[in-house]
Amino acid sequence: MADATVVRSFALTDKIHSLTLELPGEASPGQFLHVACGDGLLLRRPISICDAGDGAMRIVFEVKGEGTRRLAAAKEGDVLDVLGPLGHGFEAPEKGRVLLVGGGLGAAPMLLAAKKFDCDAALGFPTAERVMLLDEFAPRVGRLDVATDDGTYGKKGFVTGLVEGRLGDYAAIMACGPEPMLRALAKVCAGAPLQVSMERRMGCGVGACLVCAVKLTDGSVVRACKDGPVFRAEEVDWNG
Amino acid sequence: MADMRVSFAGVDFKNPVTVASGTFAFGREYAEYYDLSRLGGICVKGLTPLPRGGNPSPRIAETPMGMLNSVGLQNPGVDAFIRDELPFLRGFDTKIIANISAPTPEDYALMAAKLSDAGVDMIEINVSCPNVRAGGMAFGVTCEGAASVTAAVKKASSVPVMTKLSPNVTDIAEIARACEDAGADALSLINTLLGMKIDPATGVPILANNTGGLSGPAVLPVAVRMVWQAASAVKIPVMGMGGVSRAEDAAEMIWAGASLVSVGTATLADPYAPVKVLEGLEKFLDEHGLTLEGMKGRVKLH
Repeated sequence: MADATVVRSFALTDKIHSLTLELPGEASPGQFLHVACGDGLLLRRPISICDAGDGAMRIVFEVKGEGTRRLAAAKEGDVLDVLGPLGHGFEAPEKGRVLLVGGGLGAAPMLLAAKKFDCDAALGFPTAERVMLLDEFAPRVGRLDVATDDGTYGKKGFVTGLVEGRLGDYAAIMACGPEPMLRALAKVCAGAPLQVSMERRMGCGVGACLVCAVKLTDGSVVRACKDGPVFRAEEVDWNG
Repeated sequence: MADMRVSFAGVDFKNPVTVASGTFAFGREYAEYYDLSRLGGICVKGLTPLPRGGNPSPRIAETPMGMLNSVGLQNPGVDAFIRDELPFLRGFDTKIIANISAPTPEDYALMAAKLSDAGVDMIEINVSCPNVRAGGMAFGVTCEGAASVTAAVKKASSVPVMTKLSPNVTDIAEIARACEDAGADALSLINTLLGMKIDPATGVPILANNTGGLSGPAVLPVAVRMVWQAASAVKIPVMGMGGVSRAEDAAEMIWAGASLVSVGTATLADPYAPVKVLEGLEKFLDEHGLTLEGMKGRVKLH
């Protein structure tokens, strides 16, 4: 647990906010910070780490309720109570190229992955106004493909459309996004080495309270916060 | 320095601060943050005769100064606990309290026999989980139900037994007395209050189970009132819990009649909460010239 000073705070889109915190140490792509929102709000908010290095970590989140509204209102110099980095992140393949797949806010953690792996990226957003982080991905990846659901930016359609037919080129595919997208991607990627970052409402964030359950195909129920949030797609019971 | 030791149902606790079942798993996660030997005791995650996968997600919803949960007693089962978790917990100098749930009084008794043989310090009988259909709260909301399970466990157990009471009852004193009469060595309360949260825009409950158990600071006054009522009704000692997140909350519990206090939901927000409550309580007692024995149950009523 640490007090982390905000060093940069800005809106990425109308609903998405970026906070950079003074936090030393390493973070693996897919790990998250568990951030307290202040008086009166009991639970921390688990937020994927978007970037890390040089004594700082960056989180990018959707402003959705009172907690994230408060976090978005944080100014440079404010201090946040942060736990982490927590969780089990993406695993690098022994060798070979990685394809990063991000849907909406799920693009954020892939930016840190882009820094760590030799990769290409495929990103999907609902519409042009929600497209984000492209200029930061560009220098970190080989090929960068973008789709929007309504075709207002890049290719029209879902992000799954960007990856079909080219899976054989990659030693690992890593994805983060809404669960319906991950489920669709798992179908498209059947047989390919896909890792997915699962989102759940969390409590403790350290594996003790068992509220962030993810059901696996072997019938076991595991914790998104501690055993994940990243799992191999074929382990996940998508109907669970 | 205040004397923090507490003799509770014949078990000697080094201090009165324990951690509540369901908020601390089997200790491994929090052992990464501090030495578990600092705690008075650990009430382990609720155990059942066989492994349980628990309820569907979402299992948690934030509420004003609190939260709802509907985990549904996910646990590896009593045998796996004894084999895989108890040896680890026994490595710490703290009391281990096994929390048990089962579909019938006979199954409760079997678990109690296994666990007392395996060397836990106490058994906590969970007749108050609001998130499972069979067993759980069904036993805890009537005097007959709570007494039948308590009697069965008491008979089978070689260590002291403590019945954990549900707040979802009309007369907590009556249930407390029924458990005492059935042989309980102690009581713990409160378990969570049955609650519900609905997404105001969609009309859909946040929890996949629709309802869940309310905990956190929001329930503290309810818990203090019920601890006072239960402790006043019985001679056996009481472990007070429900919304304790600061030393002052623990002090309220003790005035109300609790010999031990348990920190639960506060740990989810701050892993160090139990240690902070303990250290804070020690300081609080010294600053106010109070002692645990001098406060216990001595609320100065109007």
